[in-house]
Amino acid sequence: MARSPAVAEQELGCALLSRIVITARVLNPGAATAKAMVLDEPLSFWGGFDASTGTIVDRQHPQRGEGVAGRMLILPSSRGSAGTPAGIAEAIRRGVGPAGIVLGKADVNVAVGAMVAAALYGVEVPVVMVGDADRARFRSGLRVEVDLDGRISIETQIDLL
Amino acid sequence: MSQQHSLQLDDRDRALLAGDEGEAMALAMRVVLRAAEISEATRLQDICFAHIDACFYNGQAHVDFARFMVDNGARLAVPTWTNTSLVSQVDTQVRPESKDPVVVSGARLLMDLYDQLGCEPVWTCAPYQLPGGPRRGDHIVGSESNAVTFYNSVVGARTNKYGDYLDVCAALVGRVPFSGLHTDEGRRGQVLFTLEAIPEALRREDIFHHVLGHHLGRAAQSRVPVIQGLPADSNDDQLKAISAAAAASGAVELFHAVGITPEAADLERAFQGRTPDAVIAITPDELIEARDSLSIGTRGRLDMVAVGTPHFSYTEFERLVPLLDGRRVHEGTLFYISTSRHVHALVAEQGWLTVLESAGVEVIVDTCTYFTPAVRGCRGRVMTNSAKWAYYAPGMLSVESVFGTLEECVESAVRGEVWRDHRLWQNKSWGARS
Repeated sequence: MARSPAVAEQELGCALLSRIVITARVLNPGAATAKAMVLDEPLSFWGGFDASTGTIVDRQHPQRGEGVAGRMLILPSSRGSAGTPAGIAEAIRRGVGPAGIVLGKADVNVAVGAMVAAALYGVEVPVVMVGDADRARFRSGLRVEVDLDGRISIETQIDLL
Repeated sequence: MSQQHSLQLDDRDRALLAGDEGEAMALAMRVVLRAAEISEATRLQDICFAHIDACFYNGQAHVDFARFMVDNGARLAVPTWTNTSLVSQVDTQVRPESKDPVVVSGARLLMDLYDQLGCEPVWTCAPYQLPGGPRRGDHIVGSESNAVTFYNSVVGARTNKYGDYLDVCAALVGRVPFSGLHTDEGRRGQVLFTLEAIPEALRREDIFHHVLGHHLGRAAQSRVPVIQGLPADSNDDQLKAISAAAAASGAVELFHAVGITPEAADLERAFQGRTPDAVIAITPDELIEARDSLSIGTRGRLDMVAVGTPHFSYTEFERLVPLLDGRRVHEGTLFYISTSRHVHALVAEQGWLTVLESAGVEVIVDTCTYFTPAVRGCRGRVMTNSAKWAYYAPGMLSVESVFGTLEECVESAVRGEVWRDHRLWQNKSWGARS
């Protein structure tokens, strides 16, 4: 389970580079570093997601039209359909899937999709779970690193001037 | 991941994990165990039946997984039935390969692979309409949302909603994580919905069950709803409508209907002797709002009628055939019925297909009309008696859905334009004052 963050700070000229470290629960192991993409709503990876392009197509979704390829995807959970695992595996197979996934819930469908993709294609996409308070620390565009043990480090740069 | 050690595994589980029965079975066991860890189950539960969804094509990853299983010696532990497919194995013209070669040939290949794996090729989203399925108290694997809800609620079998891959892996291993709706605690009613404000005459109409389900899905959230006030003679088609609509608009995987469904002989039993977390009286205005939210269009020329989501039952054919006997669907309008090959055979035996054919109705099996356009297209203004179809199709196809009764669908199809039974659509009929 997620612990309270340790903050390491380091001064770099006029900017303050700080790092938030969170320990997450590992649902599928993997290591990845990528820019965060934070989704405001749950997403169905079947019906709401085009697995051939990695694009969100759900008409109701606030991030409709955006692509997840190569991003660290932060979302509350997947939605509904039994098709979610295969939607995730297919996107990973095509190289348009997320680099890693940070969830707010212990979501079996997302984890199984990534696990089967790892078994079939040898691509390891980490899937981890954090509490709501920690999930709120992510901002789209920030660099996020996830390691094999579920240690997440979020880099934030604060301009002092 | 560390919880793996707290799970009780038997000798066969360990042998599968060690690869004694090949790579496919080892992967299946790993997937089931991973699901158990994530859902914090303390043990695995034997199952006796599975209805899988991973046979519905949505890209090469589906095919690669099935092929890996077939090529590496996977063997099913329990009778395993297949959900609807994107295409029909029986009638290759429903979605001709020339229209979309990659997808259609992929979908066909996937069906062949699950045939090879030893599945019962029923290709239906309403497997509970077929003989030989699970019974009350059976632990099973369900995946298709309406079937999960129907099996749990109406049959009294026990399943969580299993996603793609896990459904197949559990059918191979013959075990699932013991959690959620497999447990007594998980099946306890949580919220009581009452119908006192809804006229009794309306409660007997089929359309009411679709609308109630649609509303329930949104109102119940992730809680188990208990409905009080459904007529004691509510039939399986009506309970199917509630299951499908509530599972589509929300996350309802189990509901209880007091005096009707097997675990709710009375209120006491539905709530397992506890008090409801909340009691909600459903209002006429809420139902009218839910009803109207299912129609984008309300009048004008009609391009198509689509019924049979979930698959049309024998008794639904029995109701429909007299409505169409001797009549003819308007030349500018298509009329599709989606059903299973099993029900199709029963209908053929009765000679009803001839009636439907001369009325200009097309019956398709193994698949459904809301995923991609079928046969002669699916666009424009489409009328349906299914809340699930009306909810999903506008997102999948470019259609303007119109929701109505089966009788309205038939009358509209014959006229070629939307026809409303005004008696039924008056707010008064729904219990509203104005």
